[in-house]
Amino acid sequence: MTEETVVAAGPPPIVRIVTQRFDHPDSHTLDRYVATGGYEALRKALAGSPGAVVDEVKSSNLLGRGGAGFPAGTKWGFTPPGVWPRYLVVNGDESEPGTYKDRQLMERDPHQLIEGCLLACYAAGLSQCFLYVRGEMALAQERVAKALNEAYAAGFVGRNILGSSFSVDIVLHWGAGAYIVGEETALIESLEGNRGMPRLKPPFFPAAIGLYGKPTIVNNVETLSNLPWIVANGADAYKQYGSETSPGTRMFALSGHVKRPGVYEVQHGVTTFRDLLYSPQFCGGIRDDNRLKMFIPGGGSAPWFFEEQLDLPLEARPVGAAGSMLGSGAIVVMDHTTDAVKACLRVVRFYARESCGKCTPCREGTNWLETILQRIVDGHGRPSDLDKLLDIGDNISPGPYPAASWTDGGLDAVPFPPRQTTICPLGPSSVAPVVSALRRFRPEFEAKITKRSVNIPLHVEREGTRV
Amino acid sequence: MARLEPANVEIAHEIISRYPRPKSALIPLLHLAQEQDGWVSDEAMVHIAELVGCTPAEVIGTCSFYEMFKREPVGRYLVNVCTNIACQLLGAEDLLHHAERTLGVRAGTTTPDGLFTVEDVECIAACTEAPCLTVNYRYFYKVGPSDFDAIIADLRAGRRPTRCAAEPGEDGEIPAHGTLHRVRQSIPGDRRAGNADPDTAGEPAWLGAGGAS
Ligand SMILES: Cc1cc2nc3c(=O)[nH]c(=O)nc-3n(C[C@H](O)[C@H](O)[C@H](O)COP(=O)(O)O)c2cc1C
Ligand code: SF4
Repeated sequence: MTEETVVAAGPPPIVRIVTQRFDHPDSHTLDRYVATGGYEALRKALAGSPGAVVDEVKSSNLLGRGGAGFPAGTKWGFTPPGVWPRYLVVNGDESEPGTYKDRQLMERDPHQLIEGCLLACYAAGLSQCFLYVRGEMALAQERVAKALNEAYAAGFVGRNILGSSFSVDIVLHWGAGAYIVGEETALIESLEGNRGMPRLKPPFFPAAIGLYGKPTIVNNVETLSNLPWIVANGADAYKQYGSETSPGTRMFALSGHVKRPGVYEVQHGVTTFRDLLYSPQFCGGIRDDNRLKMFIPGGGSAPWFFEEQLDLPLEARPVGAAGSMLGSGAIVVMDHTTDAVKACLRVVRFYARESCGKCTPCREGTNWLETILQRIVDGHGRPSDLDKLLDIGDNISPGPYPAASWTDGGLDAVPFPPRQTTICPLGPSSVAPVVSALRRFRPEFEAKITKRSVNIPLHVEREGTRV
Repeated sequence: MARLEPANVEIAHEIISRYPRPKSALIPLLHLAQEQDGWVSDEAMVHIAELVGCTPAEVIGTCSFYEMFKREPVGRYLVNVCTNIACQLLGAEDLLHHAERTLGVRAGTTTPDGLFTVEDVECIAACTEAPCLTVNYRYFYKVGPSDFDAIIADLRAGRRPTRCAAEPGEDGEIPAHGTLHRVRQSIPGDRRAGNADPDTAGEPAWLGAGGAS
């Protein structure tokens, strides 16, 4: 992928797979779903063998959309043979800062998700499905409940689906407010009725030992929502779109200082960050035509990107090589008026609040990061604070940071994927904004420490008016 | 405040029956208690422990982990202002301060008339519509200070707020705090596939038929 081809050609044509029904006001109803080809993939699948569906999904190379980008078909293959039952747990806990797509898929096209669940269960031999919707999403829960009730009545879910030997219940489950529950092992703990604290892995991943100690596939809402289209149209049709290693389309939520924030479904792997931020079909540029200062490319946990990464394609490998991740498809754009220290504090504060407290480096470390950043912002920073921030970060996610690609500024990139002294990646996620902001904007931190300034809201501050 | 009422016990049994192990129903049942009383009382937790067959300590352990469960009464309307990064960039701090000033409370506390509780919350997945808030988990998008005042005035007057409401197609009702989704899943007995018991369930029937592993 070279810059020239993309810049010269403009963004690749818009293809809508998972959002194809969003323009219909009644897109969430069974009538609309069936009228637009819904549940045809299920019929097609039932006419063939489960193995045929697995092959189709494997061949489509559909990548997980929950954050880690693991190929869905491969994950299904990790269940140990001969161990029954197997479960499907749908991850609809969407809470990563900046992420807004699963809620849309659940509110606007719940039947597509349900059909995706059915296809996964049929293919991988999963005997019961639990659809875990984030607690705060009342409307999504309503829409999914309504859709399930309709689908049961119509014979698409439950016993002897469409008269076949395929029987599976899909149970709506809902959470109660905790970001960490999005982590798959915490999700399982929560579904067992416990505090949502992650389990240690490796050695055992949920596919081997999951819900009730049995093999469990955890997939994201968007991942599963792709299945009906793939099964109906075939892997080859899917692979026409996107790039070879990141086929199909993907939803990205663009928020912050852009002219037209929105959730856009674009071709995966070939569209670039620049396309999304600047093309008139998408965000149409930075607000007030301001300068771009930085952007978060993949949700709060992702190390920040800057102007020089704009031409990277939305594809896991090059983004990973540049030291960050596409994560959950959340891009938060910040213009030159943004106070980098405050932005950093805000993201860190999230992790401090959401740490589940199971392991010490995260529980204590995230709070110290927040405390120190807060005192810098409040004008009480100490000269030793910047080194202290890095030292705490090092205790959560050990360095010295081997540069993924950049070594300027005297500080290397946060290693990605991060090394961790913690049970899950939440702890290291809090280090990403600190290292990103410090290596790029150290003078801003220093200025706050040497020149005491008043803490005023982030968006009010304009360049030149800083005290 | 109390144990679950008979009608809710019936709902509780139905919810429990959908899980291979009863304790999995804990979070939904805590929501049910909160729906009944507006918050989760100790008596309700003891009752839930009896229903799912665990100790009250286990129930409180789970309950206290999740921030949506309130273990003391809150306002009829829970106003959750998102201040996470995407909203903060577009004025969420101002919105929160405005909310605190107009209602005369600090985030985390309730107005003396028991109508409003304000909270400063993390990302609520509406980042492209910043700054945003929810009232009893119903969304309001791109909320400025005067929009906020209009929403509060409507709620005080017993009207359904329309300004900035996220889903104009919905009826706009904002039920009292505790009621989350107003539609419950119900599985007709004759359509039910049945729970997959972790100890006894074997290979699913359709795999044998289809011949996959
Ligand atoms: C702290 C943390 C939070 C996460 N939150 C979510 C989430 O809200 N939704 C989600 O789908 N995956 C989330 N994940 C990723 C899940 O652990 C898991 O990888 C994913 O659900 C697998 O689905 P996929 O393979 O379809 O992407 C989170 C991971 C971590 C470490
Ligand atoms: S890293 Fe943080 S969130 Fe993850 S298990 Fe440890 S304490 Fe909990």
